[in-house]
Amino acid sequence: MKKKNKTELWIALGAIVIVYLAVFILEKTVNSGHILFTVLKKGAIYSLVAVSMNLLNGFTGLFSLGQAGFMLIGAYTYAIFTMPVAVKVTDQVYKYYACAVPFDTGIFVALICSGLAAALFAALIGLPVLRLKSDYLAIATLGFAEIIRAIFQWDALGPVTNGANVMREYKDLTGVTIPFTDIPFPPTLYVFLATGICIALIVLLINSSYGRAFKAIRDDEVAAEAMGINLFKHKEMSFVISSFFAGISGALLAMYQYTVQAAQFKSAMTYEILLIVVIGGIGSISGSCIASFLYIAASEWWLRGLDMGKFLGIDSATVFRSGFRKFVFSIIIMAIVLFFSRGLMGDREISFRGLAGLFRRKPAPADAAKGGGTDA
Amino acid sequence: MIEFLHSNLSYILSGISVGGQYALIAIGYTMVYGILRLINFAHGDVFMCAGLMMVYLSASLPMMMSIPLVLILTVVLGFLIERVAYKPLRTAPRMSVMISAIGVSYLLQNAALYFTGGLAKVYPTIPWLSDTVVIWDATTKMVTVVTPILTLLLVILLSLLIKHTKVGMAMRAVSKDFETSQLMGIKIDAVISVTFIIGSFLAAVGSLLYFTNYASVTPVSGGMPGLKCFVAAVFGGIGSIPGAVIGAFIIGICENIIKGGSSIFGISGSGWTTFSDAFTFALLIIILVVKPTGLFGEKATDKV
Repeated sequence: MKKKNKTELWIALGAIVIVYLAVFILEKTVNSGHILFTVLKKGAIYSLVAVSMNLLNGFTGLFSLGQAGFMLIGAYTYAIFTMPVAVKVTDQVYKYYACAVPFDTGIFVALICSGLAAALFAALIGLPVLRLKSDYLAIATLGFAEIIRAIFQWDALGPVTNGANVMREYKDLTGVTIPFTDIPFPPTLYVFLATGICIALIVLLINSSYGRAFKAIRDDEVAAEAMGINLFKHKEMSFVISSFFAGISGALLAMYQYTVQAAQFKSAMTYEILLIVVIGGIGSISGSCIASFLYIAASEWWLRGLDMGKFLGIDSATVFRSGFRKFVFSIIIMAIVLFFSRGLMGDREISFRGLAGLFRRKPAPADAAKGGGTDA
Repeated sequence: MIEFLHSNLSYILSGISVGGQYALIAIGYTMVYGILRLINFAHGDVFMCAGLMMVYLSASLPMMMSIPLVLILTVVLGFLIERVAYKPLRTAPRMSVMISAIGVSYLLQNAALYFTGGLAKVYPTIPWLSDTVVIWDATTKMVTVVTPILTLLLVILLSLLIKHTKVGMAMRAVSKDFETSQLMGIKIDAVISVTFIIGSFLAAVGSLLYFTNYASVTPVSGGMPGLKCFVAAVFGGIGSIPGAVIGAFIIGICENIIKGGSSIFGISGSGWTTFSDAFTFALLIIILVVKPTGLFGEKATDKV
C-alpha cells in the first residue's frame, strides 16, 4: 500500500510539473492577448477560492457563505499595500480623501498580508458565528460578508479604502518580476504558482490529523466531540484557514483585474463560488479545480457567443443578446444541481490509476492534477 | 419628545410602511422554513419577478386586469419552483435543497437580467395607491397608510386559515413532525404546495406595495429585501407568523431611522444608507447569539 501511494505521488508531482511547463510554453508561444490566458488566470484564482470554500463546506461541514467578504478584504488589503506612495500622495486614486496609509510594500508581502487580514477578520467573526448550526450559519456569514462590504464602502473610512470608489494603480500582474532582477515574470505562470502552492498547503492540511478531525466533525459532531475533538477550536481553525486562502485569492483577483471595487463582491459572487464547488463535487479538491476551470471557460469563452448574437453558426441578434449566456448557464447549473447532485467528482479525488483505466487506449491527460489546466 | 417625533415623522412613517411590506414577504419565509426546514433563497426573487410582471402586464392591459393577473402568475411561479426544484430533493440532505434554492435564485435573477436587458424598469403608478396624503405635516403616499392595515388584515385572515381550516391543521401537523403526519394520511405534497402558494401570493401583494414606494424594479432588487425578510423571520422566531410580522416591523422601522441618521442623530455623512443594510445583519447575529429561537420561537432539542 505504502509503495503504491508513493508511485501515485510521483506521478502526481510529474503531472503538476508538466502542467507548469505547458503553461510556460503556452505563454512563450501564444499571443498574450488570447482569451485562453484569461481563462487560465481567472480559473486558477477561482479554483483557489473554491478549494478554500470546499475546505469549509465539504470537509468541515460548515455551510458558510462569507467567501466574497473575505475576498474583498484580501483584494483591498493588497491594493492598499502595493499602491506606490507616489500615487497615494497625488489625487490620482484617492481623489476625495487624503490617503492615510503612508507606505507601500512588495507584492509577496502584500499577498501574505491580505491573507492575514482576511484571517484576522474571520477569527473575530468566527467567535460568535461558529456557535450556530447549518442554515443559521449560512445566513450569518452571508450577513457578515454584506457588513464587510458596507464598511469598506463607508466614507468615514475613505482615507484608507477610498470609499466606494475604484482602487487602481497598484501593482498588478504585469508588475511581477523574477526576484532580484527586472525581468517580468510570466503572469499566468505566476498565478498558477501562487494558487498551486496554496492548494497544496490545503491538501496537506486535509491529509493531516487536523484534516481528519475536520472530517470527523463533518460526519457527526456529537461523535467527534465524544472522541475528544475540541469542536470550537477545530471549526475556528478551519474557518480562519479557509478565509486566509480566500483573502489570497481575492488579492490575486485584484492583481489580475487591474482595478477593484467593493461593489463587485456581492453575495452573487459567493453563490457563484458555491455553485462551482457543487459542480465539482462537495468534498473533492480536484473536482473544485476542474469545475472552476470549466465554469470560467464556459462563461468567458465557449458561451460568449450567446451574448454576442452568434452561437454555433446560428445568427440571431434578438435571442442572443446580452445576458442570454448567464441565463443558459443558470439553467445548466440547475440541471446539475437537480440531476447530478454529486457533481463531477462526488467526494472522490482524481486518481491516476482510475484515469488509466478510463482511457486505456489514450495516454492519461497530463493536466489532470491541476484540473484540466491546459485545455480548459 | 413630541417635537422630535413630529420633525422625523416621515422616517417613522416610511419605516412602518416598509415594515408592513417586509412582513408580507417574511411570512413566506417563515412558513416554508416551518414546514420544510429550508431557507427559500428564491423567495426574494419571486417577489422581484412579481414586480417585473406588473411592469410588463400593465404596459398592455388595464390596471384592473393586470393586478389580479400578477397575483395569479406569481402564485403559479411559486408553485412551479417548488414542484421543479424542491420536490425531487425531498429525501436529499438539507444542504442540497438549500443549494437548489440558491440555484433557483441565481436562475431567476439571470432570467430577469436577460428579459429586462439589465435596465431598471419604471414601476407603473397604481392610481389610488400613489396619491399623496399629508399626515401631521409629513407628506407621504397613500400606500404608506394602506400597507399596515392591509398587512394586519392579511395576517388575521392567514391565522384564521391556519387555526380553523383543515388545510391549516394539516400545515401545523406537518411543521410539527414531517414523517408522522405523512403516516397519518396527510398529503404532504399538497400541503407544501399550499404553503408555497400562500407565500407567493403574499409576496406578490408585498411587491405591489413595495415597488409603488420605490418606483423602479431591477433584477437584483429582490435580493436585499429577501435577506432582510429572512432576518425578520428569524428575529421573530422562525416558524411563527406573528413573530415574523413583529420582526419585520421592527426591522423596517429601525432601518428607516438609521437611514435618516444624518438628521436624527445629527451626525452627517452618506454612509447611513449602507449601514441600514448592515444593521439588519448585526441584529441577526445578536439575536442568534443571545436567543437563537427568536422572540416567539419554540425551543427545539436535538436528539442524539
